[in-house]
Amino acid sequence: MAEFTLPKNSKIQPGKHYPAKGAKKPRTFRIYRWSPDDEQNPRVDTYEVDLAACGPMVLDALLKIKNEIDPTLSLRRSCREGICGSCAMNIDGTNTLACTRAIEECASGDVKIYPLPHMPVVKDLVPDLTHFYAQFASIKPWLRTQSAAPDRERLQSPEDRKKLDGLYECILCACCSTSCPSYWWNGDKYLGPAVLLQAYRWVVDSRDEDTGSRLDDLEDPFKLYRCHTIMNCARTCPKGLNPAKAIAEIKKLMVERRSA
Amino acid sequence: MSADDLQHPIKRARGLGSAQSGVGHWWTQRVTAAALVVLAIWFVILVLGLLHADYASARAAVARPWNALLLIAFVVTAFWHAVLGLQVVIEDYVHTRWKEVSLLVAIKFLAALGALASVLAVLRIALGA
Repeated sequence: MAEFTLPKNSKIQPGKHYPAKGAKKPRTFRIYRWSPDDEQNPRVDTYEVDLAACGPMVLDALLKIKNEIDPTLSLRRSCREGICGSCAMNIDGTNTLACTRAIEECASGDVKIYPLPHMPVVKDLVPDLTHFYAQFASIKPWLRTQSAAPDRERLQSPEDRKKLDGLYECILCACCSTSCPSYWWNGDKYLGPAVLLQAYRWVVDSRDEDTGSRLDDLEDPFKLYRCHTIMNCARTCPKGLNPAKAIAEIKKLMVERRSA
Repeated sequence: MSADDLQHPIKRARGLGSAQSGVGHWWTQRVTAAALVVLAIWFVILVLGLLHADYASARAAVARPWNALLLIAFVVTAFWHAVLGLQVVIEDYVHTRWKEVSLLVAIKFLAALGALASVLAVLRIALGA
């Protein structure tokens, strides 16, 4: 059966408290901590950060904590402008990017920060996305053609190019897939919203000539049809995309190519 | 190191490949749902019409050809739709393979049996057995 309770060694314990003495504008951050090295259960550490001496985004606070309070805190980050997808995590109850989420946007009270849900944890806020990336690779996310390679770029009309809007912007941060209960229960086989949106991005590309084979690969009760339109993916996407709609479009094409 | 650690992640992600099915289930679930909207409304109207009726007049109502036909259509569609929905729930939550397969087969047998029993009941009344 699907597991609805945490195993014993995953139950979260109370953690350390790092007060900010003499802070002008203190804000409390409660952050999930787990290390593979000390054989301890996960814990939630409490950090008080002086926002008077901190940038406006949650990532600014995390880096201030790492630089000035507790260098053992682990997290991924790179571009700090919402294009690399590295700093995806669960902030204030929603999967999003730490770099584009303003501290002020978080609900009043403590700001709670956890790694992306239901993924194996490497350390602290760093999830193991190996399987997610392998699923992305499994849809062969590149232009597949039968025709001979042309001397110049393959052309596309502005109308056909428009069909990729709302799809090409996906940065594969995994916020949507890890917010999806179907992906939690059946992520071993279900491709999840991010990978299905990427699959649809190639299915609708007017230059791709392998559409049927792409649909063949998706036509599966688990790879595609675990989507039950829960819509967490669309609600959580930090780029404002709608993976659920992309999945619905794939389902429509599946019906279109068969007899009713 | 377990045997899984020696496999490339792409091996696990690709798994056994696509089952090449699922669209039939998805489409049938929607078609039966649409049919049930109409049939369920008709069924509720039929039952409301039988409020305060005695056994003999209820029996006579079921025996009327159109009522018998639509009643059979309603129960068969309802069992069909129910088994498709239950299948999704089992596939979602039951992750022990033998339990999953046993349950999937069991609900199909039970739904078929339930549908056949309902059809038999209506036919016995309609044909005056």
